Amino acid sequence: MNESIVWLTIFVLSIFVGTEVVSKVSSTLHTPLMSGANAIHGIILIGAILVAGSAESTGVLIVGLIATVLGAVNLVGGFVVTDRMLEMFSARKKAKPTKTDGDAA
Amino acid sequence: MTTTPVWVQLTYLAAAVCFILALKGLSGPKTARRGNQLGAVGAAVATVVVFFQKDLDHLPLIIAAIVAGTVLGVVGAYKVQMTQMPQLVALFNGVGGGAAALVALLELDEILSHGAEVSTVIMIATVFTIFVGTVSFAGSMITFSKLQELMTTRPVVFAGLPVAFGGSIVASLVVAVFGVNDPSLFLGIVLALLGLVVGVLLVLPVGGADVPIVISLLNAFTGLSVAAGGYVLSNTLLVVAGTLVGASGTMLTIAMAKGMGRSVTNTLFGALKGGSTLGAGVASDRPVKSVSPEDVGIMLAYANRVIIVPGYGLAVAQAQHTLRELVEVLQSRDIEVDYAIHPVAGRMPGHMNVLLAEAQVPYEQLKEMNDINSEFKNADVALVVGANDVVNPAARTTPSAPIYGMPILNADEARQVVFMKRSMRPGFAGIENELLFDPKTTLLFGDAKETMGKVLNAVKSL
Repeated sequence: MNESIVWLTIFVLSIFVGTEVVSKVSSTLHTPLMSGANAIHGIILIGAILVAGSAESTGVLIVGLIATVLGAVNLVGGFVVTDRMLEMFSARKKAKPTKTDGDAA
Repeated sequence: MTTTPVWVQLTYLAAAVCFILALKGLSGPKTARRGNQLGAVGAAVATVVVFFQKDLDHLPLIIAAIVAGTVLGVVGAYKVQMTQMPQLVALFNGVGGGAAALVALLELDEILSHGAEVSTVIMIATVFTIFVGTVSFAGSMITFSKLQELMTTRPVVFAGLPVAFGGSIVASLVVAVFGVNDPSLFLGIVLALLGLVVGVLLVLPVGGADVPIVISLLNAFTGLSVAAGGYVLSNTLLVVAGTLVGASGTMLTIAMAKGMGRSVTNTLFGALKGGSTLGAGVASDRPVKSVSPEDVGIMLAYANRVIIVPGYGLAVAQAQHTLRELVEVLQSRDIEVDYAIHPVAGRMPGHMNVLLAEAQVPYEQLKEMNDINSEFKNADVALVVGANDVVNPAARTTPSAPIYGMPILNADEARQVVFMKRSMRPGFAGIENELLFDPKTTLLFGDAKETMGKVLNAVKSL
């Protein structure tokens, strides 16, 4: 089979999977879902690692390392901030009421 | 060219499955956190395995770069206040797009230096990654500046904008076509610069309340550029992950736009058509009825049904906890109280749910717009805290208003409406709210947290 066709097949099927898995999301979860999807495209990090690791000149290396830093920020920061958001949804146990200013009465 | 070992490819496949399950999990409230963690595991495994894909040089530097990015990301994610989260997502999205564009530029350099014949498809994917990645980067940075209020949140439109935007798109296309036919690093860099211009011009005319939709759209853009970049690098994981985000991000964008009663094109280009700058964005001096916290306390304490409309201003003032306490006191007096959550309350869809969840407001009290809107007419008091646009009747009545057509909460149907506001400044969308001047409306000015505390004390003392 033609290699381009294989790639095209992967691409088209991924579109359907991507559309299908989020089709029933409630608006409550839009923000965490967006943030989680945002983290996933941070996987460009591995692309950055590959180009930085094959750099033959200093210029390419420097740009590759910058891309690596940016990719890591996207990937790690994205997952961590999504987790923080979702933590708040689940932390509905009896936490002690927070002290507030007008609470003196 | 060395080939990727089979076990590495299989691990990439496993990581891709993790990402699919992550998105699936994130779509349901019970599975969301597990889903996100699964995605993180997949990403971590892939990041380790990439070092076995082929022999890489400069390992200490690369690992240092990963550590630096990780530290920056984690610190950013932990330091950010929940109110500022949308701009952080925009920022993360932008750097991802930037990374994809840089990777494609470097790969272009690599391809050229080998001097071998390059397939047209590879070149198309390369210029696509460069262009879309830089658009996403620049657009996200403007979005970030708008949300962080480093620049005006209102649509920025100047006379030549449509021409400049169209011109830069055409120029980009021309450069892209030349770049595909006769690849050179120079053309790649020119295209990247044009991408930056297009990104800026794309987002500048988008007004305040529409910014979240743009974040989601740019998120999908970055996904697609990562997918194209993955094709250039012959990396299946990047192709699958990027495409997943591109597709789900597009769906999400459409869903959000629908929640605001707008189309995506209207969001992006509405301001260009002009006539969308109703209201000057300054405080009005028309007379309003202002009352004291004690009056509001009495109003609430003797009501039977109260509906709270929380907005971004509530969270900015950090008044959620006091509000929750007030609601608890009212409920102990057998008053029926609910929170009416507009789909785009806050700065992003679902943002308000996150902010109230942070204050441990029980999930069951948060009512979605469609479920609560018919109840307003039975409500004695609608208490609007730090919200404005989501109860602005101009969305129903004034076709020239930027928010026209957006479904709103029917707070104006309640017997009495109380606005807790910092000042008469208009909301994020910059439009005057007619409801403020309605005879049944009273206003309580001041810092939401402070005045909320006073109202709470007033209710308690009754």
